[in-house]
Amino acid sequence: MDIATMLQMLFEGFLVSMQIFAFTLVGAVPLGIVVALLRMSRIAPVRLITRLYISVMRGTPLMLQMFAIYFAPYYVFGIQLSTDSKWYATIVAFIVNYAAYFAEIYRSGIQSIPRGQYEAAEVLGYSRVQTFVHIVLPQVVKRILPAMGNEVITLVKDTSLAFSIGVAEMFSTAKALVASQVSMLPFAIAAAFYWVFNLIVEMVLNAIEKRLDYYHD
Amino acid sequence: MTASQQTSPAPVVTLSGARKAFGDNEVLRGVSLAVKPGEVVAIIGPSGGGKSTLLRCLTLLETLDAGSLSYGDLTVAQDEGGRTRYVKGPELKQARDRFGLVFQNYNLFPHMTVMKNISDAPIRVQKRPRAEAEAEARALIAKMGLEGCEEKVPCQLSGGQQQRVSIARALAMNPEVLYFDEPTSALDPELTAEVLRVIKELAAENMTMVIVTHEMGFARDVADRVIFMDGGVIAEEGPASQVIDHPREARTRAFLSRLEE
Repeated sequence: MDIATMLQMLFEGFLVSMQIFAFTLVGAVPLGIVVALLRMSRIAPVRLITRLYISVMRGTPLMLQMFAIYFAPYYVFGIQLSTDSKWYATIVAFIVNYAAYFAEIYRSGIQSIPRGQYEAAEVLGYSRVQTFVHIVLPQVVKRILPAMGNEVITLVKDTSLAFSIGVAEMFSTAKALVASQVSMLPFAIAAAFYWVFNLIVEMVLNAIEKRLDYYHD
Repeated sequence: MTASQQTSPAPVVTLSGARKAFGDNEVLRGVSLAVKPGEVVAIIGPSGGGKSTLLRCLTLLETLDAGSLSYGDLTVAQDEGGRTRYVKGPELKQARDRFGLVFQNYNLFPHMTVMKNISDAPIRVQKRPRAEAEAEARALIAKMGLEGCEEKVPCQLSGGQQQRVSIARALAMNPEVLYFDEPTSALDPELTAEVLRVIKELAAENMTMVIVTHEMGFARDVADRVIFMDGGVIAEEGPASQVIDHPREARTRAFLSRLEE
């Protein structure tokens, strides 16, 4: 097999990895806000349940969570698993797992905003929602960006975990090629793909950071 | 004197029998206060005497345990048998429209430009047209001597400039009474002077103001009435010439002599 064919196959796998990456971000970034707000709820039971959820998501392997979500419909509801099930289980597992991590980052950002900001907004008559959306959130974004950058870069590499459940993303392809071609080259190419993509992620993060650099507090 | 000034006008804000405790610590122990339109009241006194808590109760940042509070004809909190009951949300919102507060440490929104800090609440909260709100903000910026700072963000300004922005931000809501919580305590003497000058100009324009301050000279210059608070009560009040220059109460004298040391 020539390198071009190898590259072609790996690139197709890479596109699947990127889908996992994109769906997870689109789902987990907003879901994390909801989880963070529930985690800070005034209602104690809501807080407790959310803490438990975050604890389980962070305290058990994502790989196990994928299997749990994959098999749950069958064992709990007796629903027959289809060929698409693996894909959906992967996406759902990634979203609920990353939302837990994001929620804790959001919470750290939200709680770092000084009380005086809330008080100034309250005296000016901003509603609670307006205060959160227009006063607090923009400042939180700036504060949590470095921590979020870490998570997003980890997510790029974590997409390879979908290999374990049998989703044909790049790492699965690479492993299959390594076995069939008796060459380590596919792994090297896959590593290059991950790294180059993360370089782009870093550039985007830097650009956002620069945009928010117009003020400090 | 015109006829309207002779008949005593209704107070802008009336507080009566205010009590507030944090745990076992009684910070306000029965404070009553009414401020007439155009009046400038300076509140002085030692730390822990209840000045800031009084201001926080007047601005609804804290709730009273007992006592009543009203803004003009709008009752905000009513004492019912020694417990205060507050009105519901929409009326509280109405009440917030009547006063402004200038914080000791400004509390400007760091991510917003000077223009946006001043015009955002009129646009977003009062739903005023953007062009109108921005025109008024520009006028306030000029009045505060901040021309050229419209597009700057707070971190690019000196403390004195930031405090003047926060005064403009409060004024942009057209409050009936403006509260100041030690507005110059975070500033060095030179910057203090520029902020005090702005407040004096507002006094000359008959802005109703209640100012918690440690600047005795300023209080003497600007205040129609000086209130000395100590131990959660108003220990002495009257014109500056009395309270600051010829205090009757021993604890007022003790406080003022400590300041002179």
